[in-house]
Amino acid sequence: MQKVKVAVVGLGKMGLSHFSMINAHPDVDAVACDGSAFMADVLGRNIATRVHRDYDQMLANEPLDAVVIATPSRLHAPMVTAALDKGCHVFCEKPFCLDWQDSQRLTALAADKGRVAQVGYHYRYVGAFAEMKRLIEAGAIGRITHVLAEAYGPVVLRPKRATWRTDKAEGGGCLYDYAAHPLNLLNWFFGAPDQVIGSHLGQVFSEGTDDEVFSTLRWNDGPTAQLSVNWSDESHRKMSTKISLIGTNGRLYADRQECQAYLRKPVPGLAGYEDGWTVKYTTELTEDRWFYLRGEEYSAQLDDFVGAVRDGKAGAAENDFASATETDRTMAMIIENAETGQPVGEARAAAPQPAKKRGWFGR
Amino acid sequence: MDKLLFGDNQFFGINHMSEEKARAQAMRFQRTDAIMDVLDVAYDAGIRTFMCTTHDRIAEIAKRVKADPARYDGFQFYPCMPYAHKYANAVTEHGMVGALREFMPSDGLLATALTGTKALATKEVDGIARVLIDMEMKMFQGTKAPVVFIQNVFTDLLLGMGFTRAFKIFDDHIREKHGAEPAYITMNMPMLLDALEKEGIERPIICSNINKIGFRMSGGYDAYLDALQSGRVRAVAMSVYASGAIPADEAIHWISELPGVESIVFGASSAGNIRGTKALVDKYMGGGVQTGDPA
Repeated sequence: MQKVKVAVVGLGKMGLSHFSMINAHPDVDAVACDGSAFMADVLGRNIATRVHRDYDQMLANEPLDAVVIATPSRLHAPMVTAALDKGCHVFCEKPFCLDWQDSQRLTALAADKGRVAQVGYHYRYVGAFAEMKRLIEAGAIGRITHVLAEAYGPVVLRPKRATWRTDKAEGGGCLYDYAAHPLNLLNWFFGAPDQVIGSHLGQVFSEGTDDEVFSTLRWNDGPTAQLSVNWSDESHRKMSTKISLIGTNGRLYADRQECQAYLRKPVPGLAGYEDGWTVKYTTELTEDRWFYLRGEEYSAQLDDFVGAVRDGKAGAAENDFASATETDRTMAMIIENAETGQPVGEARAAAPQPAKKRGWFGR
Repeated sequence: MDKLLFGDNQFFGINHMSEEKARAQAMRFQRTDAIMDVLDVAYDAGIRTFMCTTHDRIAEIAKRVKADPARYDGFQFYPCMPYAHKYANAVTEHGMVGALREFMPSDGLLATALTGTKALATKEVDGIARVLIDMEMKMFQGTKAPVVFIQNVFTDLLLGMGFTRAFKIFDDHIREKHGAEPAYITMNMPMLLDALEKEGIERPIICSNINKIGFRMSGGYDAYLDALQSGRVRAVAMSVYASGAIPADEAIHWISELPGVESIVFGASSAGNIRGTKALVDKYMGGGVQTGDPA
């Protein structure tokens, strides 16, 4: 079988780890690309894989099947466009595009070209969140009304030198970097929200961008969700994302390690879940892939991408461009709402309950 | 190596099952006294080796051990480097080159080499790696540190990229400068073993998950057993209980019958679990301290 030829572009924190996993994949013939002379030079001298410095030249000269884009977010739209124009399959880091209209255009372009097009929202590959999705679809906790989506971690803990991650125009900030993850999970569970209100993009230490995010999201045919995210929280060792749901038949909670379910009554067809608490751990919900670097979810999403390209699939198994576009659009709604203070989107009036006039003692 | 090594995940809020338990542990062990109390229980139960990250807080532990040579006569460290957070934070703040420059002696040739004006020569890359290793080893000066590991995220990042020459630099430097045995933690043991052999590193000490249910044994259960049976690796088994999925007695019994496994590393916070695991290792693996034990 012919190997899939993949270029990993942008060798920063995410890019290096993607490159390591892709390069170790038995079905892949990898090359790398990074604009920095230092990185390209040190790697170029020490590894067998070819390291390019110029993206356009690489696209022109290497017979590539696919690219993995892990450059600063602002560069995603032009780089993905160039790759699709060359006929490459694309895996792009999150957030997809800073302007969701670019995301929409690229979704159409990828579909038009019949390419596998995936975005790196790895939480959908965490066993506990996948179990939560399965339970929601099985109706485990009935009609869900109450949602809390959170993410906390220690990224910006004091005023510091600006990098692209702290520059909003480059796609930095807590909203794009952190909040994108719980929002993407909400999109996975409930779709795009109909209305966004009460958004706050706050600064704690940063000057160029937000360090904390609050928002309220409404679905006309679904729940209301509150988002609470902060990347200036040193009490967490690393990023921690958690979702809590309350429904008419109980409660679900998930984070990277476990999915906890409380069911008031067992649900027919849902094996292994009695009434009361049931806990499933990511460790028992996940299978090993070819290579482990920093968590099964990172290996799994790349393995699915490579597999889809190798097997000539029509699209990505999970996290296709259309689904990432929903998240870009949701973030745009939050930004607009935070800037204008006006609700964004239409909420269908939820059958307003007129206030009843009561006397002190009567009903 | 001793049959049983004591690990440090439990002290730093790392728990593969529950964020709640991880936080409870972080609270319990935020004072060095609390860590020392548990280490004392392990030491008094006959577990003499502490396999630990080069975390800032381990420097405090090393200080205490050095301060009481009578009490901790047989205490030895197996350092695991690097402490990745320190570098990740520096890279976020200063960029890749800037971060490296931060860690080099300011007057030296290496800092000059990192000004970014010209490409780094191979010997400069090697020199930078040696300075970083020495920096991580500083806290263990004056203690016994006979085996030194590379942490799994770093090992596996280099392994995946094919930057295996770095292992050779590490191997040579740990032997020559620090008089210790180089060793490797990985989540991909069969692949790493092949790569080390290609660098001319024979019968390496490799720490990886080895457990009866194949939990996080990337590369496949059978490939692990083949590697162990081949005699090409001196294995240290971690995650032998597979995060609690295998009963302790069954887990240790199974490990004891595998060829090639020289040691087990485990973490625990309660005296009961520490003594329980020690008793099982004594029962199935002949227990005792294998090397450097006058008794």
